[in-house]
Amino acid sequence: MQEHDMSWVRTEMALAQAAPRSQVGFGAWVRKNLFSTPFDAALSLLAILALAWSVPHILNWLFLDAVWTGADRTACLTTEQGGQLPAGWSGACWPFVSGRFGQFMFGRYPLEERWRVILTGILFIVLLAPLLIPKAPYKGLNAILFFGVFPFVAFFLLVGGFGLRYVETPLWGGLMVTLVISYVGIVVSLPLGILLAMGRRSKMPIVKLLSVIFIEAVRGVPLVTVLFMASFMLPLFVPPGMTFDKLLRALIGVALFASAYMAEVVRGGLQAIPKGQYEGADSLGLGYWQKTTFIIMPQALKLVIPGIVNTFIGMFKDTTLVLIISMFDLLGVVKQNISGDPTWATPQTAKTGYVFAAAIFWVFCFGMSRYSQYMERRLDTGHKR
Amino acid sequence: MGERLRVDLDAMFRKWAGTVSRVRKKKSGYVPNNRKGFWVMKQLALGILSAAALGVFATAASAGTLEDVKAKGFLQCGVNTGLAGFSAPNDKGDWTGLDVDFCRAVAAAVFGDGTKVKFTGLSAKDRFTALQSGEVDILSRNTTWTVNRDTALGLNFAGVTYYDGQGFMINAKKLPGVNSALQLSGAAVCVQAGTTTELNLADYFKANKMEYNPVVFEKFEEANAAYDAGRCDAYTTDQSGLYAVRLQMSAPDDHVVLPEIISKEPLGPSVRQGDDKWFDIVKWTYYALLNTEEAGVTQANVDEMKNSDNPDIKRLLGTEAETKIGTDLGLSNDWVVNIVKATGNYGEIFERNVGTGSPLKISRGINALWTKGGLQYGMPIR
Amino acid sequence: MIYDPRVRGIVFQIILVALLAAGIWWIVDNTIENLRRSNITTGFAFLRGRAGFDISDRLIEYSSDSSYGRALIVGVLNTAAVAAAGIVTATILGFLVGVGRLSNNWLIRKLATAYVELFRNIPPLLVILFWYQGVLALLPSVRDSVSLPLGSYLNNRGFYLPRFVWEPGSWLIFAGFVVGLALSWYLARRARMRQMATGQQFPVLLTSIALVVGLPLLGFLAAGMPVSVDFPQKGTFNLTGGMNVKPEFLSLYLALSFYTAAFIAEIVRAGIMGVPRGQTEAYSALGLRSNLGLRLVVIPQAMRIIIPPLTSQYLNLTKNSSLAVAIGYPDLYAIGGTILNQTGQAIEVVVIFMVVYLSISILTSLLMNWFNTKMALKER
Repeated sequence: MQEHDMSWVRTEMALAQAAPRSQVGFGAWVRKNLFSTPFDAALSLLAILALAWSVPHILNWLFLDAVWTGADRTACLTTEQGGQLPAGWSGACWPFVSGRFGQFMFGRYPLEERWRVILTGILFIVLLAPLLIPKAPYKGLNAILFFGVFPFVAFFLLVGGFGLRYVETPLWGGLMVTLVISYVGIVVSLPLGILLAMGRRSKMPIVKLLSVIFIEAVRGVPLVTVLFMASFMLPLFVPPGMTFDKLLRALIGVALFASAYMAEVVRGGLQAIPKGQYEGADSLGLGYWQKTTFIIMPQALKLVIPGIVNTFIGMFKDTTLVLIISMFDLLGVVKQNISGDPTWATPQTAKTGYVFAAAIFWVFCFGMSRYSQYMERRLDTGHKR
Repeated sequence: MGERLRVDLDAMFRKWAGTVSRVRKKKSGYVPNNRKGFWVMKQLALGILSAAALGVFATAASAGTLEDVKAKGFLQCGVNTGLAGFSAPNDKGDWTGLDVDFCRAVAAAVFGDGTKVKFTGLSAKDRFTALQSGEVDILSRNTTWTVNRDTALGLNFAGVTYYDGQGFMINAKKLPGVNSALQLSGAAVCVQAGTTTELNLADYFKANKMEYNPVVFEKFEEANAAYDAGRCDAYTTDQSGLYAVRLQMSAPDDHVVLPEIISKEPLGPSVRQGDDKWFDIVKWTYYALLNTEEAGVTQANVDEMKNSDNPDIKRLLGTEAETKIGTDLGLSNDWVVNIVKATGNYGEIFERNVGTGSPLKISRGINALWTKGGLQYGMPIR
Repeated sequence: MIYDPRVRGIVFQIILVALLAAGIWWIVDNTIENLRRSNITTGFAFLRGRAGFDISDRLIEYSSDSSYGRALIVGVLNTAAVAAAGIVTATILGFLVGVGRLSNNWLIRKLATAYVELFRNIPPLLVILFWYQGVLALLPSVRDSVSLPLGSYLNNRGFYLPRFVWEPGSWLIFAGFVVGLALSWYLARRARMRQMATGQQFPVLLTSIALVVGLPLLGFLAAGMPVSVDFPQKGTFNLTGGMNVKPEFLSLYLALSFYTAAFIAEIVRAGIMGVPRGQTEAYSALGLRSNLGLRLVVIPQAMRIIIPPLTSQYLNLTKNSSLAVAIGYPDLYAIGGTILNQTGQAIEVVVIFMVVYLSISILTSLLMNWFNTKMALKER
């Protein structure tokens, strides 16, 4: 039995050795992430070449070659076009943006009244920020202020009344209009969408039919058609002499459009609620509205937060379409300054203006989508399997 | 009994939800469900409320246009969004131009004050709907008088404030040697959609058996910008418009207006059909502008002229004893004086906005008074 | 009684219908009154009237003598053309970027992510305008056109390509093409059945290519080479001859493709990630190489997740094509607007818009539903 005696048994642990050189450090990372297969290597090389060519171009255009000061278009013209810059020059024409910045933000809102818009903006941020930060206290009060009191305050601040000068909406423009339309769209479309979603799942056949017709009809056509209807058909539908403000028509159009999309998102959430929840609520003797408000909706809405935010983002982007019915949101004002005004007409103006507008839209939309991802993680109460 | 039970259930439910949410709150800091539901409901109610508040924007009106305008306290006038010389906002945002001044004249006739007017910038596409729906009381937006617009679109044209014709503009630097529209075969032509210009363009090229490539834009500014950027070889609109557009080009001197006039474009103010009283006021405001020019009444000398013994001038300015012309129109008897004080006579308006005193430098041509060989003929005010 | 939910429901519905009927009656009454006041006639008779305006982009014969109805058809076809081209490009680009986001290659992954985050968060209208006024307007003028290979040119009037001129007899080529397609389809079916039965494979792809290319070529030679090529040449103003892709179309097409591709990429990524990891492990265990496994195992399963949201993206692209109006591409919306302006027939034009867009929506949904059922899991 003792024939297979072990000659040697190690008694202490072997010392851990450093990983082979090929597995650590920058070189290994590059090998693993960029050149793991020949195909990968080729792709990486291509990508690096493309970047090496395009990034300096873009940076030069944006910053290094860009013109930063100037009073009118001559600052951004090459010698052959009648300016001072060397032939073949290409770069951003930033003085166009800084010179027209006021217009981009407020449109033709009177200069001496712009403090009202700024004040509204500050109020908006002051009320919105604590609502977005989960730890901030007094959520209820805050929400009442933001959704209940703020619209009225903002309305009187922006439009006028109570001693403030009346500013007609055709003078409004720029980012201000974009935000007004988005805010109203969001505040109206969410509740309307919830109602429509409930209507679509209702047991009452007529309610269901009407909801389905509305939702599908609106979702089937482009927003421009809805805006077109709002601006050309609405006047026909009301008694002669009764007119609607153009901004109001756009608001109605955008809000109705967004609510149909919102309804579908909410319906998705409602469908995901297990039957047991309905039965549980019924067994407690809750009525329809109690069941919906206290049991079903909170769960359903939580489930579809990403969808809701996506609809908001979509709507925020869609506000640009009001330019087609001759209203001037941020993009509309930028475009108007590019096409309708010779002061800054240069080959680079259009690109500069659109890059600037794109940056603003991007910051808003990206911010919203990131916030929704954050909320999604927070609200994920761990029911997932 | 049923009522009582419900209340109890409600209370029970609240108690239960409170407990649950307290427990859950401890665990995850999650916003209690019941409050969230409340929040949703409240948002709904508030949304509807804020929509109602916006309803303030909507204005209702009735009766005749004159009564509505008087009740509002101002005239709402539809103009071009920006056509130099006809209607364009200046740096301060004040509107100027021939079409704008016509609206001022109407406002002066109605209110005795030429500043009681508000302007709405309209694109070619919006303009008729805006008038039909009552968004504007008068459309003074370089609009061509055609039978189709009189009948099918329900408009009434009050007169022709500018006799125009459609022409072409090209960039002479890029296209040397082109000096007639008949050489434009194969060209790309920028034009604005929904205008008579677009239709005349099609007819002209068809009649002359030439090919062309229409590049059609929704808005006037877009067409300008595209032409300036070289998207088209030629730009077409009313000739007066071409002179105005040329000023907005990045190199105005490079562009020339070709001599051909391919259409008749009588431009004038219009009102809705079916309100003869208002139609009369607009129509006679136009004739008053012409008659004052003919009689030599100007902005500067109108007060002096009031003392004139000439019966024609006395009748015109309402200084004749027992005159009823103004009140018959529904205005005050010194309506013509108010008009001239506000804007001057037709000749002054023309010179100031598009004539030799303006950047456009257009000569009177066929827009001169009939006494000077033109077409402008004011019907007698008597 | 009041607490009976059924009774309440009925009462509520009756009230709703009454309110709705009253509202509709009010609207109809107002509309009739307004139309009467402004002397606008109703009905679709105007569609037979002479349009009087020209349209530069057209797929069918059209002149200013054609009717309004035909102008609308030109618009519908233009919408369809830009939507179809956009859908194809967006799908290809979207799949590439979507797969790129899951790549092992760090650089490719980051680039794909940057692409998605950039285009998803910018309004499509802005992208269209950027292409039109920012990029294509800066191309050189006709005289300084950039020459590209194969006799094509690029300038600020668009992209000029050589065009094939089909002379008499060229129907043989098309016939060859159609026969080639039909044969390939039949071959693929037979090959699959044979593989199911015997396990023997047949090089379907190569044979199909040979058939689809070879038969038209045969027809081309048999008919005595009836095709000539029309190259663009410089005329007084523009390049004449050839085929011209206008900048309006190009910018709309590029913008819609780039914008929609960002959304398709996300759908593709979600679809591939939705296939459980076990499937990958399983095909590796079976000894399939990774490209074969992807093709036979992962992608068919991912497609089931991808198709429904992909459908709605296609619809979005089609609807977004109505933004053409901002840059003067004559799509349905732009032409309808012009007709409305000339005739004042607001209601009829809006009804036409609704009908056309809704039928495009319904058609696409039906087609994709059919495809979806075909792809869906067949449980045996």
